[in-house]
This record gives sequence, structure tokens and C-alpha cells, in this order.
Amino acid sequence: MNIKYIQRTRDYYRAQGFKHDYSWADNRVIPFSRPKKPLNEARLTIITTAVVEPDIPKPVRSAQSYSLTALPDHLDTAELSWDKTTTHTHDRESYFPIRALTSKVEDGSLGSLAPRFHFVPTEYSQRHTLTQDAPLIKTHCQEDSVDLAILIPI
Amino acid sequence: MTARTLEDAGISTVVLGSALDILEKAGTPRIVFNDLPLGNPVGKPFDRAMQMRSIEAALRLLYSAEVGGTVETLPHRWSQQEDWRRNFLEVRPEHQAQLLSLGEENRKQRLENKRLGLFRP
Repeated sequence: MNIKYIQRTRDYYRAQGFKHDYSWADNRVIPFSRPKKPLNEARLTIITTAVVEPDIPKPVRSAQSYSLTALPDHLDTAELSWDKTTTHTHDRESYFPIRALTSKVEDGSLGSLAPRFHFVPTEYSQRHTLTQDAPLIKTHCQEDSVDLAILIPI
Repeated sequence: MTARTLEDAGISTVVLGSALDILEKAGTPRIVFNDLPLGNPVGKPFDRAMQMRSIEAALRLLYSAEVGGTVETLPHRWSQQEDWRRNFLEVRPEHQAQLLSLGEENRKQRLENKRLGLFRP
């Protein structure tokens, strides 16, 4: 039985005394684009919610793009909401699979990786994501001639 | 929401994640669902075979999906036991006082952040 995360989050914050439930993004119409190039010619980027610059305070963290060559060995996950009782994030591949994707490029099945990867914060405000973070990442993907994106929220 | 913006711009996306209800409600174009504890959406830590299967499934779904909202559920299991499912944000009656004080702290911190100008425009 899949975990009902929306209900569980609601129950948790009600137990913390919050009066108003969080209103999750709710969309019926779903945009959809078919890939324009075959996989072995396509350029792919990675988008993560794991934090690259934990020194920036959480309330003012916004989307950023970073060179893949500057990818740290570990990204910061301490302030994100995940199951810290059951598991851990000591293995970067379990949330940022750069080795697996690089091996797909090396074996010729994937065209290439884009020069930059992208951080998008887990934002309480949907307005920030919609009007600031997502448009910035879109622009950077277009600058990098990205065809495909894999998004991996923690 | 970021995936939706990219799709609108002609970039095909796939989300590899474990909170299926949240992703579906948001209207996510393509989802590869790993029914694992939140924290390791690609696969169990150091399980390279599982992680590779997840990546291959994501790359396949980018091309096989015919419509927005397509979900592929992977057969991966965290363990033989299912008791891990209780752990995330579990609310037990004996935690009530502790949770309320955590909430109080949280609300104070938010006010303090505002006072310090720590918020996004």
C-alpha cells in the first residue's frame, strides 16, 4: 500500500498546531513534449532538490545552476524532509546518479550530459517555483541546448 | 512544477521519485515511481544494480510515454518487512507535547526570519 504523503504531512503539521493545511499543487492539464532527438543523440540534464550551498539560509535559497565539473561529493540533505529514521543519504548515487548516467553516455546509449546541473529548492511557496525558479532553470536549459531532463526530488 | 515549465518549452522530462500522490496531484508529465523510503529516489544506498534499473526505466519512459501523466511503477522493495512505512512523520499520542512545542518553535522562527529580512520577494 503506497504511503499517502499528503495526508501524512497534513496530520503531522496539524499535530504541531498549525491551523491551515498546506495546499499542494493541483493540476489537471498536463503539458507534454515528445523527445525530438533519439536518446543516443540527446543531451540530458539533472535537476535536484539536494542543497549545493548549505551556507545560504533556507528561507532565501533559490534555484541555481552549477557546472557538473564542480559537483560536490555529497550534497546537503539535512534540512530536507525525508525518512531519516529508515534510511540515510551517504550514497550520492541514491539521489544524484551521476555515475550511472555517465556510464550511459560512455556506452553510447545516451548522447551527452549537459554542462550544468540544477538545484531547485523545495519551496513552500508555489509562486516562487512558478515565477522564479522554474523559469530560470528553463532559460539555463535552453542556453545549454538540453533535450531531456531527469528531476529527482529527495 | 519545474517539469511542467520545461515541457511547455519543448524539453521532455521524467521525475524519478517516491512520493507518488504528491507528484500525481501536481500533474507531473512522466513519473518513475520507486516505492522506497523518502531520501533515496534512485534506489537503495550502494545498491548499484537497483539504481541502474531506475535510471534505465527513466530513460525508457522519456520515449515510451504517449501522454502526460504516465506513471511507471518499479518493482523495487526496501525490505521484506513493511514496517518502515510507519516511520516518516509518524504522529504518536506520546509525541503530542513534543510536536506542539516543535510547531511553536517553527512559528517563532518564521517570524524571526521575517524580522531579519530572510525571505524571498
